[in-house]
Amino acid sequence: MIVNISKKKVKSDFVNKVEELSGQNLLACYQCGKCSAGCPAISQMDILPNQIIRLAQLGLKNELFKSKSIWVCASCMTCNTRCPKGINVAEVIEAVRQILLRKRKDHIELKDLSEEEKREVPPIALIACFRKFTS
Amino acid sequence: MKLTYYPGCTLKNKAENFENSAIFTLNHLGVEVQELSRWNCCGTVFSLTTDDLMHHLAPIRNLIRVKEANSDKVMTLCAMCFNTLKRANEYMKNDPEGLDKLNQFMYREKIKYDGDVEILHLLELLKDEVKFENIKSKVVKPLTDLKVASYYGCYLVRPQEIGIDDVENPTIIEELIGLLGGIPVDFPYKTECCGAYQTVDKPEIVAERTFQILQSVQKSQADVVVVSCPLCAFNLDHRQKETVQQFPEFKHIPVLYFTQLMAIAFGSPEDVLRFDLHYINPKPILKEKGLI
Repeated sequence: MIVNISKKKVKSDFVNKVEELSGQNLLACYQCGKCSAGCPAISQMDILPNQIIRLAQLGLKNELFKSKSIWVCASCMTCNTRCPKGINVAEVIEAVRQILLRKRKDHIELKDLSEEEKREVPPIALIACFRKFTS
Repeated sequence: MKLTYYPGCTLKNKAENFENSAIFTLNHLGVEVQELSRWNCCGTVFSLTTDDLMHHLAPIRNLIRVKEANSDKVMTLCAMCFNTLKRANEYMKNDPEGLDKLNQFMYREKIKYDGDVEILHLLELLKDEVKFENIKSKVVKPLTDLKVASYYGCYLVRPQEIGIDDVENPTIIEELIGLLGGIPVDFPYKTECCGAYQTVDKPEIVAERTFQILQSVQKSQADVVVVSCPLCAFNLDHRQKETVQQFPEFKHIPVLYFTQLMAIAFGSPEDVLRFDLHYINPKPILKEKGLI
């Protein structure tokens, strides 16, 4: 895989926005991989949590926007509690999701769920899902 | 000191078994809690972005309701409500400017909120206020020979600042099970995420999580699993239907709320336990152990 990195991307608004929304210093990450080692959802992910941080550091927003992983993370906070550099990885992933959602690109549509699906799940599941996946 | 109770949405429908058994338990222990006469959704998840003040309104409004009830302590049962209310409160306490903005937005509220409500989960109430040592003497039907795996999930223990116990190895529920006369068993997946709200549109993720978690439980020889979150309960219990379709070698295991086991140990009638709300019927194993 060829990755083109450039000063322009690293200094882009996207990187600033991720840092601002997440309240995290992305460059604190030294890629130890502990977040990915403990993540319970990696079997469903296409890029790993530590790779999400690396892509965010480099301003590679398109790679992040098209990844499946940002929608798989359920903010269980395991990565946050284990990061030796004190980075809240879940907040970084939330920031990437929010940048997309705030462009009115909802990840889930209520009308796509059947009556049966809506009836079956508990209210907290529906509310949490729409809080996380819609703008 | 009046203790108020915030139920949250799911306790009033899919998790009535949790609420009913908890209320029975508290009555048996002589603890008086009063449900808030008015409350709204807590928002279910704490807002993780730094600029999202708006989503802290729902939890903070509930804390105003607590103050209106002349109380400064509120108990929750649902782990998600506990987490959202407590985190929002901590966040606002550390951001006086943000709290001021919220108060200005809520100008119609009679009380200006200043971050002084304490949010307690039932488990903390039992351990710190009722005291665990007082629970043992109240047991009328010990959970003899019942092997119980305690599943904590995420929201009771993470993040560390608001967690009710050790972040990696909580043992508060195991301690309680021991006092009730049961046999607590350990398993390595007790704080691993169940997939949470992914259950709505990606049940296959939850089925995979349920498989991993419950397989680990079964290796520990447990008879039942106990939880304290209605979403974990739904995922680990009801999603066993999808789990067995995805993993044919999977074997079913009943999932209960820890309060249901407490109610049984305190001699509750069966209608309090609402087994009709379960997908995997816990009655056969409970009958086998002579508990119902």
